[in-house]
Amino acid sequence: MHAMDLKLFRDFRRLWVQGVAIALVLAAGIAVIIMSVGMSRALNETRSAYYDSNRFAHVFASARRAPDSLISQLRDIEGVAQVETQVRSYAILDIPGRAKPATGLLISRPELGEPLLNVPLLRRGRWPEGAGEAVVNEPFAEANGFLPGDTISVNLNGRKRAVTITGTALSPEFVYTIGPGALMPQNETFGILWMQAEVLDAGFGMAGAFNTVALTVLPRTPLEPVKDAVKALLDPYGAATPVGRDAQQSNAFLDAEIQSLEVMAWVLPPVFLGITVFLVNMVMGRIVQLERSEIGLMKAVGYTNWEIGLHYLMLAALIAFLGVGIGWGVGSWLAQAMSKLYAKYFDFPFLVFGVPLSIYALSAMLGLAATSAGALSSAMRAARLAPAVAMAPPAPPSFHGSTLDRLADLLRLGQPTRMILRSLLRWPLRAGMTMLGMALAVSVLVASNFFPDAMDEIIDTAFYQSNRQDMLLLFDPDAPETALEEVRRLPGVLQVEPQQYHAARLIYGSYEKQVPVSTVANAADLARVVDGNGQVIAPDPFGILLSDRLAAALHVEVGDTLTVSFESGRRETFEVPVTGIVTQFFGLGAYFAHDTLNAMFRQSPRVSNVNVTLADPQAAEAFQERIKDVPRLMGTINMTENRLSFMETLSQNILIATTVYGILGMIITVGVAYNAARVQLSERARELACLRILGFGKGEVAYILAGEVLLLAVLAQPVGWVIGYGVARLMTEGFTSDLYAIPLVLEPATFARASLIVLGAAAVSVALVARRLGRLDLIAVMKTRE
Amino acid sequence: MARLDDRTREVVFRTQGLTKTYDTGEVQVHALAGVDLELFGSELTVLLGPSGSGKSTLLNILGGLDRPSGGRFWFRETELTRASDRQLTRYRRDHVGFVFQFYNLVPSLNARENVQLVTDVAKRPMKPAEALELVGLGHRMDHFPAQMSGGEQQRVAIARAIAKRPDVLLCDEPTGALDSHTGTQVLSTLQRINDEFGTTTAVITHNAAIRLMAHRVIRFQDGRIDRIEENDSRLAASEIHW
Repeated sequence: MHAMDLKLFRDFRRLWVQGVAIALVLAAGIAVIIMSVGMSRALNETRSAYYDSNRFAHVFASARRAPDSLISQLRDIEGVAQVETQVRSYAILDIPGRAKPATGLLISRPELGEPLLNVPLLRRGRWPEGAGEAVVNEPFAEANGFLPGDTISVNLNGRKRAVTITGTALSPEFVYTIGPGALMPQNETFGILWMQAEVLDAGFGMAGAFNTVALTVLPRTPLEPVKDAVKALLDPYGAATPVGRDAQQSNAFLDAEIQSLEVMAWVLPPVFLGITVFLVNMVMGRIVQLERSEIGLMKAVGYTNWEIGLHYLMLAALIAFLGVGIGWGVGSWLAQAMSKLYAKYFDFPFLVFGVPLSIYALSAMLGLAATSAGALSSAMRAARLAPAVAMAPPAPPSFHGSTLDRLADLLRLGQPTRMILRSLLRWPLRAGMTMLGMALAVSVLVASNFFPDAMDEIIDTAFYQSNRQDMLLLFDPDAPETALEEVRRLPGVLQVEPQQYHAARLIYGSYEKQVPVSTVANAADLARVVDGNGQVIAPDPFGILLSDRLAAALHVEVGDTLTVSFESGRRETFEVPVTGIVTQFFGLGAYFAHDTLNAMFRQSPRVSNVNVTLADPQAAEAFQERIKDVPRLMGTINMTENRLSFMETLSQNILIATTVYGILGMIITVGVAYNAARVQLSERARELACLRILGFGKGEVAYILAGEVLLLAVLAQPVGWVIGYGVARLMTEGFTSDLYAIPLVLEPATFARASLIVLGAAAVSVALVARRLGRLDLIAVMKTRE
Repeated sequence: MARLDDRTREVVFRTQGLTKTYDTGEVQVHALAGVDLELFGSELTVLLGPSGSGKSTLLNILGGLDRPSGGRFWFRETELTRASDRQLTRYRRDHVGFVFQFYNLVPSLNARENVQLVTDVAKRPMKPAEALELVGLGHRMDHFPAQMSGGEQQRVAIARAIAKRPDVLLCDEPTGALDSHTGTQVLSTLQRINDEFGTTTAVITHNAAIRLMAHRVIRFQDGRIDRIEENDSRLAASEIHW
């Protein structure tokens, strides 16, 4: 090995704590790249492979009952490649030995051959061959322990029918399987059942007709004209507006996940790589300063400028190797943990969840680029040092008097404090960057901790103030209000409240929005509209109440007249005044008073949902047992369980996120504070030893050393709060969609916690360096020249 | 005992009106104010003078570490006055060995490796061990600078300088940081190298006692050569005390 290489490794070994502190910051960036870029790629590729092989459709539409004769017309739409029609319906499932009912989505399957599109993949058993058979989706079977041959009972339009499970399957339509009204997959109580078409035709009176259609289009076909043509064909048969993949529920969730991974990839790594550049720059600058005479010597013996510059770049590269190595390890581990999580929530038939090798290569190049960028100026300075100059000690840094001195006089500051302040002014850029580094650590903690605060607010409003029902019963949309009385008579029922849901298009001038419109019962107590301040708002009987984001999307204000075109129920169009706007976090709500809607439709009172509260848990069991026999009931949502499972998942995720971001914040702080203090110690060793010889105590000397870094750490706090607030604000804006808005809630405790963590980490880092003061050999330090 | 006739009449270094001015912004310092000088092959010259008299500046220029502000200078037939950075690096790598007052060893490398630093880039170097044997440190090869005395460190520096078999050996206060006893050992080593290999050697010092071992003594004052003395009889380094 060459002597220069030996020097390289020995230097690195000597600097290992500093090197590791920087490498950890770099590793955090690399790990996030591996995890976020790798997983978004893997998720994307897995999804495309699955969609291609199982022919996932491009356009999805539904109607109430469309005749099969339309199929050929659908095929003739310009650009359409394939058309698949089905009959689908929700149904209550009775699972033997369990009180709790489940909701099933029944899907028809052609009697002969495979479906053309959205082809389900058989995982176990065989496809149904007779009327009393069904294949269920794999997660539902696993959650309930079903095996081929097991029997469950399906409420087919009011008639209970025993169905034998013949196998399990997965479908590209249900990668993320979420039941009506649920917030996350609940595989135990929601399942997909593929049954023979004739069974559903007979059960739901759909012979010679369909209610769902999926289409693929030829490459490079614009989707909008196709959707319009489908809509036009189906409109007479009660069509809802057709949607593309972007609005297909399962795919939309996958999109959202991929997008959040991509956002993470864009936001976090640049912060970590940026801090790495700064730290390498600071440390390498000091090393080159310290090794002036060695550089001079190497030049004197004939090493070229290039060789010397490269030597220092290589030293930085060693930090990169270490950081990239750790980052790869942690990133791979994180990616693995993520893929386990995805395996739990997303139902893919195969896992290509490996991180592509190209991402590893890319991250390594970025890491090397970051350390090289940081070391470049120092390496160039080393290369440019004139050999004779390099052999002489550097001129003492020039300090100047400033207005600060008068201030110091005024405040009667001691000499040590003056030393700290002058040093800050002498190297303002370095001081500024050090402070900024720690401020970023604070901001990472503030911005990540704001989620729990925001979630508390959302959950409180959405779950405990707006929706207070124990169960939500979903009826056939045309059920008469007598259904309410049937429910009221069930055992254990305390309160019942009717509600109607309708799909509608709201139009104002050129603005249009497709939303569900719901009704609010008179003096509602269970399903209420609550605004951002916790105020209960009742819709005016003569108009429509809109959520603020919906009103903004339509550009309407209170008093404007809106066109409401219903796509279910009586499918009529009305001109309705906007009588209220309410601040809401979830969904794009539009509300009518319950009686108003019945009057508008000139119909006897109807219900589509019934909200229920139950007396006690014992009552719940009896209630659930009986509910399976209620006619026209299509599904149930256990809101209490919904809340519990949502809260549980959320608190788990929040705990993981807070821990991860807490560690990241500490890594940044330690990286910055430790290196800043080490460089201080190195620059001031003579000065500090001198003070010790002059009779200063260890504590006083440590004060000078620690003071500057800790002062910067304190100054970094407000800056970090402001940056953190800004980042949190950007994040809430980035996350706001039709699905939900995240309120910007930042409690004082969040700022305090972030500051405590950063100040604590800074103090520990500085203390580690200050311990070295005790080992300072006073005589040796005074003898060696700088 | 010293043999005067070892010297050849080959001119190794020649300078003509060499000047060097340092501009520190506020004041101009004339480190060299016109130096005309010749150094001969196999000669051991002592450059004597007080601090700031210009002797280090001259040595730096001759060694290709620095450039003159005015005048010209040659190494053998080659004029180096306006040599490029690359040419100077080449020149240092192939022809010059340096010994410094503060040894300038790389603390993270042991004795052998410090010498290897030079042999890695030299054309036809000795083996590091051979060079260390020459300075009497064959038994301390694996020691790090921090584990050696000042005299030992300086001898490692000499081994490092001679390992490339340089044409000239330039020593800037080689005993400046050493006591008399160890200083004498170092000087003996230098003298032996000069005797055995005929390496043209220039030693800077402000220690007048050292002049006694030189072929010629060049006295500096205020950036100029004050006078040049020729020693008719030289002392062995071991006979010198201060």
